Amino acid sequence: MELFDLTIHELHDKLKKKEVSSVEATGAMLARIEATEARVNAFITVTATEALQAAAAADRRIAAGEMDILTGIPLALKDIFLTKGVKTTCGSKILADFIPPYDATSWLKLQERGAVLLGKLNQDEFAMGSSCEGSAYGATRNPWNLECIPGGSSGGSAAAIAARQATATLGTDTGGSIRQPASHCGCVGLKPTYGRVSRYGVIAYASSLDQVGPLTRDVTDAAIMLGAVAGHDPLDSTSVDRPVPDYTAGLRSDVKGMKIGLPKEYFIDGLDEDVKKALDLAIDAYRGLGAEFVELALPHTDYAVAAYYLIATAEASSNLARYDGVRFGHRTADAKGLADMYRQSRAEGFGAEVKRRIMLGTYALSSGYYDAYYLKAQKVRTLIMQDFLKAFEKVDVILTPVAPTPAFKIGEKTADPLQMYLSDIFTIPVNLAGTCAISVPAGMSRAGLPIGLQLIGKPFGEESIIRAAYAFEQASTWHQLQAEL
Amino acid sequence: MKITRKEVEHVALLARLQLDEAEINTFTGQMDAILAYVEKLNELDTAGIVPTSHAVPMENAFRTDEVRPSIGVANALANAPDRVEGFFRVPKVIE
Repeated sequence: MELFDLTIHELHDKLKKKEVSSVEATGAMLARIEATEARVNAFITVTATEALQAAAAADRRIAAGEMDILTGIPLALKDIFLTKGVKTTCGSKILADFIPPYDATSWLKLQERGAVLLGKLNQDEFAMGSSCEGSAYGATRNPWNLECIPGGSSGGSAAAIAARQATATLGTDTGGSIRQPASHCGCVGLKPTYGRVSRYGVIAYASSLDQVGPLTRDVTDAAIMLGAVAGHDPLDSTSVDRPVPDYTAGLRSDVKGMKIGLPKEYFIDGLDEDVKKALDLAIDAYRGLGAEFVELALPHTDYAVAAYYLIATAEASSNLARYDGVRFGHRTADAKGLADMYRQSRAEGFGAEVKRRIMLGTYALSSGYYDAYYLKAQKVRTLIMQDFLKAFEKVDVILTPVAPTPAFKIGEKTADPLQMYLSDIFTIPVNLAGTCAISVPAGMSRAGLPIGLQLIGKPFGEESIIRAAYAFEQASTWHQLQAEL
Repeated sequence: MKITRKEVEHVALLARLQLDEAEINTFTGQMDAILAYVEKLNELDTAGIVPTSHAVPMENAFRTDEVRPSIGVANALANAPDRVEGFFRVPKVIE
Protein backbone atom coordinates (compact mmCIF):
# COMPACT_ATOMS: atom_id res chain seq x y z
CA MET A 1 0.00 0.00 0.00
CA GLU A 2 1.48 3.32 -1.13
CA LEU A 3 0.66 6.64 0.51
CA PHE A 4 -1.26 7.69 -2.59
CA ASP A 5 -3.53 4.63 -2.32
CA LEU A 6 -4.93 5.60 1.08
CA THR A 7 -8.40 6.88 1.90
CA ILE A 8 -8.91 10.04 3.98
CA HIS A 9 -9.62 8.02 7.11
CA GLU A 10 -6.61 5.73 6.58
CA LEU A 11 -4.23 8.65 5.95
CA HIS A 12 -5.72 10.50 8.92
CA ASP A 13 -4.88 7.55 11.18
CA LYS A 14 -1.26 7.56 9.97
CA LEU A 15 -0.96 11.33 10.39
CA LYS A 16 -2.43 11.10 13.86
CA LYS A 17 -0.03 8.34 14.91
CA LYS A 18 2.83 10.41 13.41
CA GLU A 19 3.72 7.48 11.15
CA VAL A 20 3.76 9.91 8.27
CA SER A 21 3.70 13.69 7.83
CA SER A 22 1.44 15.68 5.56
CA VAL A 23 4.53 16.87 3.68
CA GLU A 24 5.42 13.23 2.96
CA ALA A 25 1.87 12.33 1.93
CA THR A 26 1.55 15.44 -0.22
CA GLY A 27 4.95 14.78 -1.76
CA ALA A 28 3.87 11.22 -2.61
CA MET A 29 0.75 12.58 -4.28
CA LEU A 30 2.72 15.14 -6.31
CA ALA A 31 5.16 12.42 -7.42
CA ARG A 32 2.23 10.22 -8.42
CA ILE A 33 0.70 13.11 -10.41
CA GLU A 34 4.07 13.64 -12.10
CA ALA A 35 4.30 9.94 -13.00
CA THR A 36 0.76 9.50 -14.37
CA GLU A 37 -0.46 12.88 -15.57
CA ALA A 38 0.92 12.65 -19.13
CA ARG A 39 -1.40 9.67 -19.68
CA VAL A 40 -4.46 10.80 -17.69
CA ASN A 41 -4.60 14.62 -17.99
CA ALA A 42 -6.83 14.95 -14.91
CA PHE A 43 -5.39 18.32 -13.87
CA ILE A 44 -5.54 21.75 -15.49
CA THR A 45 -3.29 23.28 -12.82
CA VAL A 46 -1.00 21.58 -10.28
CA THR A 47 -0.07 23.81 -7.33
CA ALA A 48 2.98 21.87 -6.11
CA THR A 49 4.79 24.66 -4.23
CA GLU A 50 1.67 25.93 -2.48
CA ALA A 51 0.64 22.35 -1.66
CA LEU A 52 3.92 21.61 0.12
CA GLN A 53 3.65 24.90 2.05
CA ALA A 54 0.10 24.06 3.10
CA ALA A 55 1.23 20.56 4.08
CA ALA A 56 4.01 22.02 6.26
CA ALA A 57 1.44 24.28 7.93
CA ALA A 58 -0.81 21.26 8.49
CA ASP A 59 2.10 19.37 10.07
CA ARG A 60 2.65 22.25 12.50
CA ARG A 61 -1.04 22.13 13.33
CA ILE A 62 -0.87 18.38 13.93
CA ALA A 63 2.23 18.83 16.12
CA ALA A 64 0.33 21.43 18.15
CA GLY A 65 -2.46 18.90 18.70
CA GLU A 66 -5.02 20.89 16.68
CA MET A 67 -6.00 18.12 14.34
CA ASP A 68 -9.16 17.67 12.37
CA ILE A 69 -10.04 14.65 10.21
CA LEU A 70 -9.06 16.65 7.09
CA THR A 71 -5.90 18.27 8.45
CA GLY A 72 -3.00 17.50 6.13
CA ILE A 73 -5.11 15.54 3.63
CA PRO A 74 -4.12 16.27 -0.01
CA LEU A 75 -7.23 17.11 -2.03
CA ALA A 76 -7.97 18.50 -5.48
CA LEU A 77 -10.89 20.55 -6.77
CA LYS A 78 -12.74 20.69 -10.05
CA ASP A 79 -11.65 23.86 -11.82
CA ILE A 80 -15.16 25.29 -11.34
CA PHE A 81 -14.41 26.22 -7.68
CA LEU A 82 -12.98 29.68 -7.14
CA THR A 83 -9.62 29.45 -5.39
CA LYS A 84 -8.17 32.77 -4.27
CA GLY A 85 -4.91 33.45 -6.09
CA VAL A 86 -5.00 30.15 -8.02
CA LYS A 87 -5.98 30.24 -11.70
CA THR A 88 -9.55 29.02 -12.25
CA THR A 89 -10.59 28.30 -15.84
CA CYS A 90 -13.79 26.23 -15.60
CA GLY A 91 -12.35 24.28 -18.53
CA SER A 92 -12.80 27.32 -20.77
CA LYS A 93 -10.51 29.43 -22.89
CA ILE A 94 -12.58 32.46 -21.92
CA LEU A 95 -11.20 32.18 -18.34
CA ALA A 96 -7.68 31.11 -19.37
CA ASP A 97 -6.01 33.79 -17.20
CA PHE A 98 -8.64 34.26 -14.49
CA ILE A 99 -7.24 34.54 -10.95
CA PRO A 100 -10.16 34.61 -8.46
CA PRO A 101 -10.08 37.34 -5.80
CA TYR A 102 -11.94 35.11 -3.29
CA ASP A 103 -12.56 31.47 -2.34
CA ALA A 104 -15.61 29.30 -2.86
CA THR A 105 -17.28 28.62 0.52
CA SER A 106 -16.76 24.86 0.18
CA TRP A 107 -13.03 25.32 -0.43
CA LEU A 108 -12.81 27.83 2.43
CA LYS A 109 -14.37 25.26 4.76
CA LEU A 110 -11.88 22.58 3.70
CA GLN A 111 -8.97 25.03 4.14
CA GLU A 112 -10.11 25.93 7.64
CA ARG A 113 -9.87 22.25 8.51
CA GLY A 114 -6.29 22.17 7.23
CA ALA A 115 -6.81 20.36 3.93
CA VAL A 116 -4.07 20.67 1.30
CA LEU A 117 -4.84 21.73 -2.29
CA LEU A 118 -2.90 19.75 -4.92
CA GLY A 119 -4.44 21.57 -7.86
CA LYS A 120 -7.42 22.16 -10.09
CA LEU A 121 -9.07 19.38 -12.06
CA ASN A 122 -10.13 19.09 -15.67
CA GLN A 123 -13.79 19.23 -16.65
CA ASP A 124 -16.09 19.81 -19.58
CA GLU A 125 -16.17 23.53 -20.31
CA PHE A 126 -18.53 25.26 -17.84
CA ALA A 127 -19.58 21.75 -16.67
CA MET A 128 -21.50 21.21 -19.90
CA GLY A 129 -20.79 17.69 -21.00
CA SER A 130 -20.82 14.02 -20.11
CA SER A 131 -17.34 12.96 -21.25
CA CYS A 132 -14.73 15.58 -20.28
CA GLU A 133 -13.95 15.91 -23.99
CA GLY A 134 -15.37 19.42 -23.94
CA SER A 135 -12.46 20.91 -22.00
CA ALA A 136 -10.41 23.62 -23.70
CA TYR A 137 -7.40 21.94 -22.05
CA GLY A 138 -7.67 18.54 -23.72
CA ALA A 139 -9.70 15.46 -22.83
CA THR A 140 -9.12 13.57 -19.60
CA ARG A 141 -8.59 9.83 -20.08
CA ASN A 142 -10.14 7.05 -18.04
CA PRO A 143 -7.39 5.43 -15.91
CA TRP A 144 -9.07 2.03 -16.39
CA ASN A 145 -8.72 2.31 -20.16
CA LEU A 146 -6.95 5.29 -21.63
CA GLU A 147 -8.98 5.07 -24.85
CA CYS A 148 -12.19 5.69 -22.91
CA ILE A 149 -13.76 8.82 -21.48
CA PRO A 150 -13.76 9.23 -17.68
CA GLY A 151 -17.30 10.62 -17.77
CA GLY A 152 -18.23 14.21 -17.19
CA SER A 153 -18.45 16.89 -16.45
CA SER A 154 -16.36 16.22 -13.29
CA GLY A 155 -14.16 13.84 -15.31
CA GLY A 156 -10.90 15.11 -13.84
CA SER A 157 -12.28 14.73 -10.30
CA ALA A 158 -13.12 11.05 -10.93
CA ALA A 159 -9.99 10.22 -12.95
CA ALA A 160 -7.74 11.73 -10.25
CA ILE A 161 -9.29 9.34 -7.71
CA ALA A 162 -8.96 6.31 -10.00
CA ALA A 163 -5.36 7.27 -10.86
CA ARG A 164 -4.64 7.84 -7.14
CA GLN A 165 -3.52 11.41 -7.82
CA ALA A 166 -5.55 12.87 -4.93
CA THR A 167 -6.96 11.41 -1.71
CA ALA A 168 -10.38 12.93 -2.39
CA THR A 169 -11.84 15.54 -4.73
CA LEU A 170 -14.81 17.85 -5.06
CA GLY A 171 -16.98 18.06 -8.15
CA THR A 172 -20.31 19.56 -9.12
CA ASP A 173 -23.44 17.82 -10.40
CA THR A 174 -26.07 19.57 -12.55
CA GLY A 175 -27.39 16.55 -14.48
CA GLY A 176 -25.14 13.73 -13.27
CA SER A 177 -21.70 15.35 -13.41
CA ILE A 178 -20.51 13.75 -10.13
CA ARG A 179 -22.30 10.39 -10.27
CA GLN A 180 -21.68 9.45 -13.91
CA PRO A 181 -17.87 9.98 -13.85
CA ALA A 182 -17.73 8.27 -10.43
CA SER A 183 -19.49 5.27 -11.98
CA HIS A 184 -17.18 5.25 -15.02
CA CYS A 185 -14.00 5.52 -12.92
CA GLY A 186 -14.93 3.14 -10.10
CA CYS A 187 -15.12 5.67 -7.27
CA VAL A 188 -17.82 6.93 -4.93
CA GLY A 189 -19.64 10.12 -5.97
CA LEU A 190 -22.29 11.88 -3.90
CA LYS A 191 -24.66 14.56 -5.15
CA PRO A 192 -26.28 16.19 -2.12
CA THR A 193 -29.80 17.60 -1.96
CA TYR A 194 -30.12 21.01 -3.62
CA GLY A 195 -29.37 23.60 -0.94
CA ARG A 196 -27.33 21.25 1.27
CA VAL A 197 -23.96 22.71 0.16
CA SER A 198 -23.27 26.37 -0.60
CA ARG A 199 -22.81 27.29 -4.26
CA TYR A 200 -21.00 30.52 -3.38
CA GLY A 201 -17.87 30.78 -5.48
CA VAL A 202 -18.85 27.89 -7.73
CA ILE A 203 -19.01 29.09 -11.33
CA ALA A 204 -22.68 28.89 -12.29
CA TYR A 205 -24.03 26.69 -15.07
CA ALA A 206 -27.72 26.06 -14.24
CA SER A 207 -28.37 27.64 -10.87
CA SER A 208 -31.54 25.74 -9.95
CA LEU A 209 -29.78 22.40 -10.53
CA ASP A 210 -26.05 22.87 -9.67
CA GLN A 211 -24.84 21.20 -6.48
CA VAL A 212 -21.39 20.57 -4.95
CA GLY A 213 -20.35 17.10 -3.81
CA PRO A 214 -17.42 14.76 -3.13
CA LEU A 215 -15.74 12.04 -5.21
CA THR A 216 -13.84 9.61 -3.02
CA ARG A 217 -12.32 6.12 -2.71
CA ASP A 218 -14.99 4.86 -0.32
CA VAL A 219 -18.32 5.73 1.30
CA THR A 220 -16.74 6.72 4.63
CA ASP A 221 -14.68 9.40 2.85
CA ALA A 222 -17.77 10.67 1.05
CA ALA A 223 -19.51 11.05 4.43
CA ILE A 224 -16.47 12.90 5.84
CA MET A 225 -16.27 15.28 2.87
CA LEU A 226 -20.01 15.95 2.80
CA GLY A 227 -19.99 16.78 6.50
CA ALA A 228 -17.12 19.20 5.91
CA VAL A 229 -18.75 21.21 3.13
CA ALA A 230 -22.47 21.01 4.01
CA GLY A 231 -24.39 23.74 5.81
CA HIS A 232 -26.07 27.09 5.49
CA ASP A 233 -24.11 29.95 3.99
CA PRO A 234 -25.40 33.52 4.18
CA LEU A 235 -23.57 34.13 0.88
CA ASP A 236 -25.80 31.61 -0.95
CA SER A 237 -29.44 32.51 -0.42
CA THR A 238 -30.51 29.11 -1.76
CA SER A 239 -28.47 27.17 0.80
CA VAL A 240 -30.78 25.67 3.38
CA ASP A 241 -30.59 26.52 7.06
CA ARG A 242 -30.89 23.14 8.75
CA PRO A 243 -28.47 21.28 11.01
CA VAL A 244 -25.69 19.18 9.45
CA PRO A 245 -25.76 15.69 10.96
CA ASP A 246 -22.56 13.71 11.55
CA TYR A 247 -22.78 11.68 8.36
CA THR A 248 -20.09 9.25 9.58
CA ALA A 249 -22.12 8.38 12.67
CA GLY A 250 -24.67 6.75 10.42
CA LEU A 251 -22.14 4.33 8.93
CA ARG A 252 -23.24 0.89 9.90
CA SER A 253 -23.51 -2.24 7.82
CA ASP A 254 -27.14 -2.82 8.65
CA VAL A 255 -29.89 -2.43 6.08
CA LYS A 256 -32.24 -4.98 7.66
CA GLY A 257 -35.79 -3.97 6.93
CA MET A 258 -34.73 -1.06 4.75
CA LYS A 259 -37.20 -0.62 1.89
CA ILE A 260 -35.47 -0.17 -1.46
CA GLY A 261 -37.46 0.86 -4.51
CA LEU A 262 -36.82 -0.48 -8.00
CA PRO A 263 -38.34 1.84 -10.63
CA LYS A 264 -39.26 -0.12 -13.74
CA GLU A 265 -38.47 2.85 -16.01
CA TYR A 266 -34.76 2.49 -15.12
CA PHE A 267 -34.48 -1.17 -16.03
CA ILE A 268 -35.18 -0.80 -19.72
CA ASP A 269 -34.35 -3.05 -22.67
CA GLY A 270 -31.57 -0.77 -23.90
CA LEU A 271 -29.62 -1.24 -20.69
CA ASP A 272 -26.13 -2.65 -21.29
CA GLU A 273 -25.92 -6.37 -20.43
CA ASP A 274 -22.96 -5.96 -18.07
CA VAL A 275 -24.66 -3.05 -16.27
CA LYS A 276 -27.84 -5.09 -15.87
CA LYS A 277 -25.90 -8.06 -14.53
CA ALA A 278 -24.04 -5.89 -11.99
CA LEU A 279 -27.32 -4.39 -10.81
CA ASP A 280 -28.96 -7.83 -10.49
CA LEU A 281 -26.06 -9.06 -8.36
CA ALA A 282 -26.24 -5.91 -6.22
CA ILE A 283 -29.95 -6.48 -5.65
CA ASP A 284 -29.19 -10.06 -4.55
CA ALA A 285 -26.51 -8.75 -2.18
CA TYR A 286 -28.97 -6.32 -0.61
CA ARG A 287 -31.54 -9.12 -0.23
CA GLY A 288 -28.86 -11.11 1.57
CA LEU A 289 -28.33 -8.15 3.89
CA GLY A 290 -32.01 -8.10 4.79
CA ALA A 291 -33.26 -5.23 2.63
CA GLU A 292 -36.75 -5.44 1.17
CA PHE A 293 -37.40 -4.54 -2.45
CA VAL A 294 -40.47 -2.72 -3.66
CA GLU A 295 -41.25 -2.35 -7.35
CA LEU A 296 -42.44 1.11 -8.21
CA ALA A 297 -43.07 3.49 -11.07
CA LEU A 298 -41.54 6.87 -11.84
CA PRO A 299 -43.76 7.40 -14.87
CA HIS A 300 -42.29 10.68 -16.11
CA THR A 301 -38.67 9.45 -16.27
CA ASP A 302 -38.71 9.36 -20.06
CA TYR A 303 -39.37 13.12 -20.20
CA ALA A 304 -36.53 14.17 -17.90
CA VAL A 305 -33.80 14.61 -20.53
CA ALA A 306 -36.04 16.82 -22.67
CA ALA A 307 -37.09 18.97 -19.69
CA TYR A 308 -33.49 19.19 -18.48
CA TYR A 309 -32.04 20.39 -21.79
CA LEU A 310 -34.54 23.24 -21.87
CA ILE A 311 -34.24 24.29 -18.22
CA ALA A 312 -30.46 23.89 -17.94
CA THR A 313 -29.72 25.65 -21.22
CA ALA A 314 -32.13 28.49 -20.42
CA GLU A 315 -30.40 29.09 -17.09
CA ALA A 316 -26.99 28.73 -18.72
CA SER A 317 -27.76 31.30 -21.41
CA SER A 318 -28.57 33.77 -18.65
CA ASN A 319 -25.64 32.84 -16.37
CA LEU A 320 -23.08 32.99 -19.16
CA ALA A 321 -24.15 36.47 -20.23
CA ARG A 322 -21.54 37.74 -17.74
CA TYR A 323 -18.69 36.67 -20.04
CA ASP A 324 -18.67 39.85 -22.07
CA GLY A 325 -15.00 40.78 -22.10
CA VAL A 326 -15.53 43.76 -19.78
CA ARG A 327 -14.72 42.87 -16.17
CA PHE A 328 -12.79 39.59 -16.48
CA GLY A 329 -12.11 36.87 -18.99
CA HIS A 330 -11.01 36.99 -22.59
CA ARG A 331 -11.49 40.12 -24.71
CA THR A 332 -11.04 40.06 -28.47
CA ALA A 333 -8.05 41.98 -29.83
CA ASP A 334 -9.87 43.76 -32.66
CA ALA A 335 -13.32 44.96 -31.73
CA LYS A 336 -15.28 47.43 -33.81
CA GLY A 337 -17.33 49.00 -31.05
CA LEU A 338 -18.87 47.58 -27.87
CA ALA A 339 -21.49 45.24 -29.34
CA ASP A 340 -18.90 43.75 -31.66
CA MET A 341 -16.55 43.27 -28.70
CA TYR A 342 -19.21 41.21 -26.90
CA ARG A 343 -19.89 39.02 -29.94
CA GLN A 344 -16.25 38.48 -30.89
CA SER A 345 -14.98 37.92 -27.34
CA ARG A 346 -17.65 35.27 -26.73
CA ALA A 347 -17.09 33.68 -30.14
CA GLU A 348 -13.36 33.37 -29.49
CA GLY A 349 -13.67 32.32 -25.83
CA PHE A 350 -16.43 29.68 -25.82
CA GLY A 351 -16.20 26.15 -27.23
CA ALA A 352 -18.79 24.43 -29.41
CA GLU A 353 -20.91 22.77 -26.69
CA VAL A 354 -21.15 25.96 -24.65
CA LYS A 355 -22.20 27.94 -27.73
CA ARG A 356 -24.76 25.27 -28.59
CA ARG A 357 -26.31 25.38 -25.11
CA ILE A 358 -26.34 29.20 -25.01
CA MET A 359 -28.10 29.15 -28.38
CA LEU A 360 -30.64 26.55 -27.29
CA GLY A 361 -31.33 28.34 -24.00
CA THR A 362 -31.63 31.74 -25.64
CA TYR A 363 -34.10 30.25 -28.12
CA ALA A 364 -36.15 28.56 -25.36
CA LEU A 365 -36.44 31.87 -23.51
CA SER A 366 -37.02 34.06 -26.55
CA SER A 367 -40.22 35.90 -27.28
CA GLY A 368 -42.92 33.60 -28.64
CA TYR A 369 -41.24 30.36 -27.50
CA TYR A 370 -41.06 30.82 -23.72
CA ASP A 371 -44.40 29.14 -22.95
CA ALA A 372 -43.92 26.31 -25.44
CA TYR A 373 -40.46 25.35 -24.23
CA TYR A 374 -39.26 26.81 -20.91
CA LEU A 375 -42.59 26.98 -19.09
CA LYS A 376 -43.63 23.57 -20.41
CA ALA A 377 -40.35 22.08 -19.16
CA GLN A 378 -40.86 23.62 -15.71
CA LYS A 379 -44.32 22.02 -15.52
CA VAL A 380 -42.87 18.64 -16.48
CA ARG A 381 -40.27 19.21 -13.76
CA THR A 382 -43.15 19.39 -11.27
CA LEU A 383 -44.46 16.03 -12.52
CA ILE A 384 -41.00 14.45 -12.13
CA MET A 385 -40.68 15.80 -8.57
CA GLN A 386 -44.13 14.43 -7.73
CA ASP A 387 -43.09 10.99 -9.05
CA PHE A 388 -40.25 10.90 -6.50
CA LEU A 389 -42.33 12.24 -3.62
CA LYS A 390 -44.94 9.55 -4.25
CA ALA A 391 -42.27 6.85 -4.46
CA PHE A 392 -40.71 7.94 -1.18
CA GLU A 393 -44.02 7.39 0.60
CA LYS A 394 -43.32 3.68 0.09
CA VAL A 395 -39.52 3.30 0.19
CA ASP A 396 -36.44 4.61 2.01
CA VAL A 397 -34.13 4.69 -0.99
CA ILE A 398 -34.38 3.95 -4.72
CA LEU A 399 -31.81 1.76 -6.50
CA THR A 400 -31.02 2.32 -10.19
CA PRO A 401 -28.14 2.18 -12.65
CA VAL A 402 -26.04 5.36 -12.89
CA ALA A 403 -25.45 5.21 -16.64
CA PRO A 404 -26.94 2.95 -19.33
CA THR A 405 -23.45 1.73 -20.40
CA PRO A 406 -19.90 1.65 -18.99
CA ALA A 407 -17.51 4.38 -20.20
CA PHE A 408 -17.59 4.84 -23.97
CA LYS A 409 -14.65 5.49 -26.27
CA ILE A 410 -13.16 8.96 -26.69
CA GLY A 411 -14.68 10.50 -29.83
CA GLU A 412 -17.61 8.06 -29.96
CA LYS A 413 -20.38 10.57 -29.23
CA THR A 414 -18.86 13.97 -30.00
CA ALA A 415 -20.53 14.30 -33.39
CA ASP A 416 -24.06 13.75 -32.06
CA PRO A 417 -24.98 16.01 -29.12
CA LEU A 418 -28.35 14.32 -28.60
CA GLN A 419 -26.74 10.89 -28.12
CA MET A 420 -24.36 12.46 -25.62
CA TYR A 421 -27.29 14.05 -23.74
CA LEU A 422 -29.09 10.69 -23.52
CA SER A 423 -26.16 9.16 -21.62
CA ASP A 424 -27.43 11.14 -18.58
CA ILE A 425 -30.91 9.63 -18.69
CA PHE A 426 -30.69 8.00 -15.19
CA THR A 427 -29.00 10.88 -13.37
CA ILE A 428 -30.91 13.91 -14.66
CA PRO A 429 -34.26 13.19 -12.89
CA VAL A 430 -32.54 13.51 -9.48
CA ASN A 431 -31.36 17.04 -10.29
CA LEU A 432 -34.78 18.09 -11.53
CA ALA A 433 -36.31 16.74 -8.31
CA GLY A 434 -33.57 18.46 -6.29
CA THR A 435 -32.94 15.41 -4.16
CA CYS A 436 -29.76 13.46 -3.25
CA ALA A 437 -28.07 10.39 -4.75
CA ILE A 438 -24.82 8.45 -4.53
CA SER A 439 -22.91 6.33 -7.02
CA VAL A 440 -21.07 3.32 -5.57
CA PRO A 441 -18.77 0.82 -7.38
CA ALA A 442 -20.86 -2.30 -8.07
CA GLY A 443 -19.14 -4.29 -10.77
CA MET A 444 -16.82 -4.50 -13.75
CA SER A 445 -17.74 -4.94 -17.39
CA ARG A 446 -16.22 -7.81 -19.36
CA ALA A 447 -14.01 -5.18 -21.00
CA GLY A 448 -12.65 -4.22 -17.58
CA LEU A 449 -14.53 -0.95 -17.03
CA PRO A 450 -16.16 -0.03 -13.70
CA ILE A 451 -19.93 -0.02 -13.24
CA GLY A 452 -21.65 1.98 -10.51
CA LEU A 453 -25.05 1.66 -8.89
CA GLN A 454 -27.10 4.68 -7.91
CA LEU A 455 -28.97 5.04 -4.62
CA ILE A 456 -31.43 7.93 -4.62
CA GLY A 457 -32.63 9.36 -1.30
CA LYS A 458 -35.41 11.65 -0.10
CA PRO A 459 -34.67 15.38 0.00
CA PHE A 460 -32.08 15.75 2.82
CA GLY A 461 -31.98 11.97 3.12
CA GLU A 462 -28.19 11.77 2.72
CA GLU A 463 -27.88 9.63 5.86
CA SER A 464 -30.05 6.90 4.33
CA ILE A 465 -28.16 6.68 1.04
CA ILE A 466 -24.84 6.74 2.89
CA ARG A 467 -26.03 3.91 5.15
CA ALA A 468 -27.27 1.85 2.19
CA ALA A 469 -24.12 2.53 0.17
CA TYR A 470 -21.85 1.65 3.10
CA ALA A 471 -23.66 -1.64 3.71
CA PHE A 472 -23.16 -2.64 0.09
CA GLU A 473 -19.53 -1.54 0.12
CA GLN A 474 -18.79 -3.62 3.23
CA ALA A 475 -20.36 -6.66 1.55
CA SER A 476 -18.41 -6.22 -1.70
CA THR A 477 -14.85 -5.69 -2.92
CA TRP A 478 -15.40 -3.51 -5.99
CA HIS A 479 -14.11 -0.37 -4.31
CA GLN A 480 -10.80 -2.12 -3.56
CA LEU A 481 -9.99 -2.75 -7.23
CA GLN A 482 -7.37 -0.43 -8.67
CA ALA A 483 -6.74 0.74 -12.20
CA GLU A 484 -3.32 -0.38 -13.43
CA LEU A 485 -1.47 2.67 -14.52
CA MET B 1 -38.05 21.86 -39.72
CA LYS B 2 -38.34 23.09 -36.13
CA ILE B 3 -35.88 25.93 -36.65
CA THR B 4 -34.62 27.74 -39.73
CA ARG B 5 -31.20 29.13 -40.54
CA LYS B 6 -32.62 32.62 -40.30
CA GLU B 7 -33.92 31.97 -36.78
CA VAL B 8 -30.51 30.61 -35.74
CA GLU B 9 -28.92 33.85 -36.97
CA HIS B 10 -31.47 35.85 -34.97
CA VAL B 11 -30.84 33.81 -31.79
CA ALA B 12 -27.08 34.30 -32.22
CA LEU B 13 -27.69 38.04 -32.33
CA LEU B 14 -29.76 37.86 -29.11
CA ALA B 15 -27.04 35.75 -27.44
CA ARG B 16 -24.25 38.10 -28.58
CA LEU B 17 -22.41 35.29 -30.31
CA GLN B 18 -20.61 35.86 -33.58
CA LEU B 19 -21.07 32.59 -35.50
CA ASP B 20 -19.32 31.75 -38.74
CA GLU B 21 -21.04 30.11 -41.73
CA ALA B 22 -20.02 26.60 -40.71
CA GLU B 23 -21.29 27.08 -37.14
CA ILE B 24 -24.64 28.42 -38.35
CA ASN B 25 -25.07 25.38 -40.58
CA THR B 26 -24.06 22.89 -37.88
CA PHE B 27 -26.17 24.53 -35.16
CA THR B 28 -29.23 24.74 -37.41
CA GLY B 29 -29.13 20.97 -37.95
CA GLN B 30 -28.28 20.10 -34.34
CA MET B 31 -30.81 22.49 -32.78
CA ASP B 32 -33.44 21.17 -35.16
CA ALA B 33 -32.77 17.59 -33.96
CA ILE B 34 -32.79 18.61 -30.29
CA LEU B 35 -35.98 20.65 -30.64
CA ALA B 36 -37.63 17.73 -32.42
CA TYR B 37 -36.63 15.53 -29.49
CA VAL B 38 -37.96 17.90 -26.79
CA GLU B 39 -41.25 17.95 -28.70
CA LYS B 40 -42.07 14.79 -26.73
CA LEU B 41 -42.95 17.00 -23.74
CA ASN B 42 -46.16 17.81 -25.61
CA GLU B 43 -47.30 14.21 -25.10
CA LEU B 44 -47.99 15.26 -21.50
CA ASP B 45 -51.06 17.20 -20.48
CA THR B 46 -49.75 19.87 -18.12
CA ALA B 47 -52.93 21.92 -17.79
CA GLY B 48 -53.25 23.06 -14.19
CA ILE B 49 -49.71 21.96 -13.24
CA VAL B 50 -47.77 24.59 -11.33
CA PRO B 51 -44.31 25.15 -12.89
CA THR B 52 -41.26 24.46 -10.69
CA SER B 53 -38.47 27.00 -10.90
CA HIS B 54 -36.73 25.76 -7.79
CA ALA B 55 -36.61 22.34 -6.14
CA VAL B 56 -36.58 23.57 -2.54
CA PRO B 57 -39.53 25.76 -1.54
CA MET B 58 -38.08 29.02 -0.32
CA GLU B 59 -39.26 32.48 0.62
CA ASN B 60 -37.11 35.56 0.17
CA ALA B 61 -33.88 35.25 2.14
CA PHE B 62 -33.55 38.57 3.92
CA ARG B 63 -30.55 39.84 5.86
CA THR B 64 -29.84 43.07 7.67
CA ASP B 65 -28.66 45.88 5.45
CA GLU B 66 -25.21 46.58 6.80
CA VAL B 67 -21.83 47.43 5.33
CA ARG B 68 -19.48 44.47 5.27
CA PRO B 69 -15.96 43.98 3.94
CA SER B 70 -15.74 43.60 0.16
CA ILE B 71 -12.90 42.69 -2.18
CA GLY B 72 -12.03 46.32 -2.95
CA VAL B 73 -11.38 48.22 -6.17
CA ALA B 74 -7.89 46.83 -6.88
CA ASN B 75 -9.05 43.22 -6.61
CA ALA B 76 -12.22 43.91 -8.60
CA LEU B 77 -10.14 45.38 -11.41
CA ALA B 78 -7.31 42.86 -11.28
CA ASN B 79 -8.82 40.55 -13.92
CA ALA B 80 -10.07 43.31 -16.21
CA PRO B 81 -8.82 43.06 -19.81
CA ASP B 82 -8.50 46.85 -19.90
CA ARG B 83 -8.75 49.42 -17.11
CA VAL B 84 -7.98 53.02 -16.42
CA GLU B 85 -7.92 54.97 -13.14
CA GLY B 86 -10.20 52.67 -11.19
CA PHE B 87 -12.57 51.97 -14.10
CA PHE B 88 -13.17 49.19 -16.60
CA ARG B 89 -12.35 50.54 -20.06
CA VAL B 90 -14.44 49.41 -23.05
CA PRO B 91 -14.47 50.35 -26.74
CA LYS B 92 -16.41 53.43 -27.75
CA VAL B 93 -20.17 52.88 -27.29
CA ILE B 94 -21.51 55.86 -29.27
CA GLU B 95 -19.98 56.61 -32.66
